[in-house]
Amino acid sequence: MKNKKRLFETIIHGIFLLLGLITVGFVLLITIYLVISGIPAIRTIGLFPFLFGTTWESTAAEPSYGILPFILTSVYGTAGAMVLGVPIGFLTAVYLAKIANPKVKAVMEQAVSMLAGIPSVVYGLVGMLTLVPGIRKLFNVPDGASLFAAIIVLAIMVLPSIIKVSMTALEAVPKEYEDASLALGATPIETYFRVSVPAARSGIAAAVVLGVGRAIGEAMAVMMVSGNVPNMPSLFQSVRFLTTAVASEMSYSSGLQQQALFSIALVLFLFIMLINVILNFFLKGDKEK
Amino acid sequence: MLTNKVSGKRKLYIWCMRSLMWIATILTGGLVLFFILYVLIRGIPNITWEFFSTKPSYLSGQIGILPDILNTLYIILATLILVIPLGVGAAIYLTEYASNKRMVTLIEYAAETLSGIPSIIYGLVGMLFFCQFLNMKTSLLAGAFTLVIMNLPTIMRTTQESLKTVPQSYREGAFGLGAGKWRVIRTVVLPGCVDGVITGCILSIGRILGESAALLFTAGFAHALNGLFRGLNSPGATLTVALYVYAKEQGEFGIAFAIAAILMILALTINLATMVVSKYFQRRKNL
Repeated sequence: MKNKKRLFETIIHGIFLLLGLITVGFVLLITIYLVISGIPAIRTIGLFPFLFGTTWESTAAEPSYGILPFILTSVYGTAGAMVLGVPIGFLTAVYLAKIANPKVKAVMEQAVSMLAGIPSVVYGLVGMLTLVPGIRKLFNVPDGASLFAAIIVLAIMVLPSIIKVSMTALEAVPKEYEDASLALGATPIETYFRVSVPAARSGIAAAVVLGVGRAIGEAMAVMMVSGNVPNMPSLFQSVRFLTTAVASEMSYSSGLQQQALFSIALVLFLFIMLINVILNFFLKGDKEK
Repeated sequence: MLTNKVSGKRKLYIWCMRSLMWIATILTGGLVLFFILYVLIRGIPNITWEFFSTKPSYLSGQIGILPDILNTLYIILATLILVIPLGVGAAIYLTEYASNKRMVTLIEYAAETLSGIPSIIYGLVGMLFFCQFLNMKTSLLAGAFTLVIMNLPTIMRTTQESLKTVPQSYREGAFGLGAGKWRVIRTVVLPGCVDGVITGCILSIGRILGESAALLFTAGFAHALNGLFRGLNSPGATLTVALYVYAKEQGEFGIAFAIAAILMILALTINLATMVVSKYFQRRKNL
């Protein structure tokens, strides 16, 4: 009887262990699939011409598969989105975490989660019909669907993660720090920017890195506003990102062209993994303090 | 007076910072307001009863989104049914069973990694693994399986958080009365995580509603009107995917905005639901 019960408990334990390990299994599955399907094309094309080739003509008679335009577009696009999004998100976070009265804070917090809940295709749709024609008229360029439009859309899309994570970090700053600074004669605003913000810096850095991850992985919204032509990146030209390169040709590709798309996904995945490592570095630094 | 000693330079700094913060906050708030109003104003006039209740027909040239609504429901249902046991099980393992610290770190790291992977990569791997390797073809079910992987970390995290609030003394009490581990989990731990699971479900529904890149290659974009079981085995567009197809490929902006307005209203509802649910559970816990 007792043995039977013990066996039963062991089986249950085993089942839960399996369920616990399933996330690890999924990560392995994704990694293995991307590596296995991404390597062949890189082998055929060659690592150097693939990563640093400047022309992507997958459907030409003599196709060439260089993804440097996509890599650079993704990097520039993300950097641009950060340049616009980080100051706005950061300043909003400081205001909401430290200064805003509770009512304003509650309303704005709802607004920010609303912004996070808007599907990316809706961002794309609104961008397509307001930003794209707006840019065309304002800057007098032939087509508004450009890197610039994508940067603005991405900047808006990363706002919620930057604001939320920075706010959490700022709210966790011990009150004593601020009290000490106020007692020494600093004004509240000086205290927030010279004491609270430096104290919360690793959390704010994590917020920025999280935003970078969001921006570099976004596909649909960017697809709708960036024009999707594989040019080398330039602010007012139609461009293609790593994500949109995968999405735009997937449905009709085959053979080496499709394999090359998997290789692009692998490159994107490596970028994301790198960002994860950086993110963990900042979060860990926060815990150890 | 002490305050008079604040020098001009410092005053300028304070004034600058204060105005910058104001501008940033107003900009953020204004953006949200603009998005909501713009989409609702352009979308709502296009919503009619016909639009809700019919399927697209090339013969009469009309477009209805009933199939897309049903597809969305099917895919939400299938995903939740699959993801809840997995997520809850993983959370229970982490909080109740795992004694090896390394194992916990490994699993939590894996969950974090999963939540950072962009949806386009999920779409690609889902297509390779579920559609091709497991031979599900392009179908709602393959889409649902892909979404299961995406939403697993969410359910896991919310469940774990609610399990942490179950007092240790409850467990000890049950053990003291001679209950086995499984019995303790079934009678003490599981009832304690209901709020976490519900919160996780709401968050997941929000994510599924907004998902497009992961579904485009796994669930496809057909608009056929099907029952639940036939629907799951055939390709179909969810509302979000339908929006994308209508806007990008067909240039039907009126329809796209109508769907966007519906999605916007759903997103608002989900935000509200999250708030209400978390307040309700908090109040009950404090009693």
